Amino acid sequence: MTRHLLSIDDLDAADIAEIFDTAAEMHDVQRRAVKKLPALRGRTVINLFFEDSTRTRSSFEIAGKWLSADVINLSAKGSSASKGESLRDTVLTVTAMGVDGLVVRHGASGAAHQISQWVDVPVVNAGDGMHEHPTQALLDAYTLTRRLGSLEGKHVAIVGDLTHSRVFRSNIKCLLALGASVTAVAPPTLMPAGAGEWAKSAGFATSYELDPVLPDADAVMMLRVQRERMSGGYFPTAREYTVGYGLTRDRLGLLGADTPILHPGPMNRGLEISADAADSVDRSVVLDQVSAGVAVRMSVLYHLLAGEETR
Amino acid sequence: MPTQPQVHDPGRVVLDAGDIHRALTRISHEILEHNKGADDLLLLGLHTRGVPLAHRLAEKIAEVEGRGVDTGSLDVTMYRDDLRSHPTRAPHKTSLPASGIDGKTVVLVDDVLYSGRTIRAALDALSDLGRPAVVRLAVLVDRGHRELPIRADHVGKNLPTARSERVSVRLAETDGADEVRIGDQPDPPARVARRDPEVKA
Repeated sequence: MTRHLLSIDDLDAADIAEIFDTAAEMHDVQRRAVKKLPALRGRTVINLFFEDSTRTRSSFEIAGKWLSADVINLSAKGSSASKGESLRDTVLTVTAMGVDGLVVRHGASGAAHQISQWVDVPVVNAGDGMHEHPTQALLDAYTLTRRLGSLEGKHVAIVGDLTHSRVFRSNIKCLLALGASVTAVAPPTLMPAGAGEWAKSAGFATSYELDPVLPDADAVMMLRVQRERMSGGYFPTAREYTVGYGLTRDRLGLLGADTPILHPGPMNRGLEISADAADSVDRSVVLDQVSAGVAVRMSVLYHLLAGEETR
Repeated sequence: MPTQPQVHDPGRVVLDAGDIHRALTRISHEILEHNKGADDLLLLGLHTRGVPLAHRLAEKIAEVEGRGVDTGSLDVTMYRDDLRSHPTRAPHKTSLPASGIDGKTVVLVDDVLYSGRTIRAALDALSDLGRPAVVRLAVLVDRGHRELPIRADHVGKNLPTARSERVSVRLAETDGADEVRIGDQPDPPARVARRDPEVKA
């Protein structure tokens, strides 16, 4: 296992399998009366969030606390970062307080990697700009593994704003590493530049149309349309996006009766996903993803922080 | 000077399949006698080799009592006090009967009792899972060298050893044959790499 988790590239298939094995045991802890394991007792983890987040931050916080770590949340708002302190100074200051691990979210791609160069404690990337969000990809793949069994040979459609999505970048790597085939679906304006070359070298398919992809999909991963990152011009109207790429009630008919539907949240209901899809009892695994998120993050924190002290 | 190639010393057999069978039969009777029957009994095997041992004891108890007895498995990885001195490993499955452990007589079952630290971890794990009425300990081999005030209630064989010796338990379910060997190679420190074969501390 690596020292940091900055990208899915840090893991091989055996590492991913080990994270999943551990996550399965962590999942069982969630059903216990006492949701606490002593593995990280006496260790301190700082969630350093320079970008807004509810679910990822609380998921890491719960994961750390259930492993008995002391977890401290710092956000850029209300911290010295808002007074103009540099990222490096902020990071060095908090690590000088004696923390044992950093969970970092930042709006700039590569921020987590840069921070890992400055500190001598494990760093977990909790989303950096448009680059990667490895624990989200792990929890998505873990959710699918529990639902579908092995992902070997399974076909997953990833649909939506691929250009701006770090979840997409991490998921492609993770799903391919586990033997799934992937079709990335987006309007031409939201397909990343160079996607064709990347798809060819990495071994996934791309499509500008959703309808032909859905009948063959063993799972559908809907991505959020990131309105906050768009200055406009990616598609004419929200209505038009929904008609072309939304998982509408009509499109549900193209899916198998129990084909899992994933969404990393937060969902724009009525835009990329209809209420019928989001609330479909047999197909929506959105809440399974949330619960798996805690288990997978417990597993990641355990593997990075519990073992042999390398400092 | 040419160096001798390292030859793995398999050690000598101290318990063969028949000895193990007899020891487990005796322990199963002891458990029943002490518990005055099989009521509220739960045999909880510690990974890895405690689990098949717990199942064997349950079968023997079922033969005597004419009814089944609850079994489960307990993984203590997260509760070890040496987590920080070794690479992490994936924990095994902890499985308990649906009725839980509250009010039960829980018999922890393991292959080798050595320092006692595994059992200490198991007691901690149990307290997170519920509140048994009684906790007892059954082991196939007690090799001594305790580092904590812990002793077994039921022992297959007391095996005085030197710390430099290695006790290896092989069971048909996990290793293809039943035997306990003692050799000159020292036990490696508690755990080695991830997914290692079980080594007892």
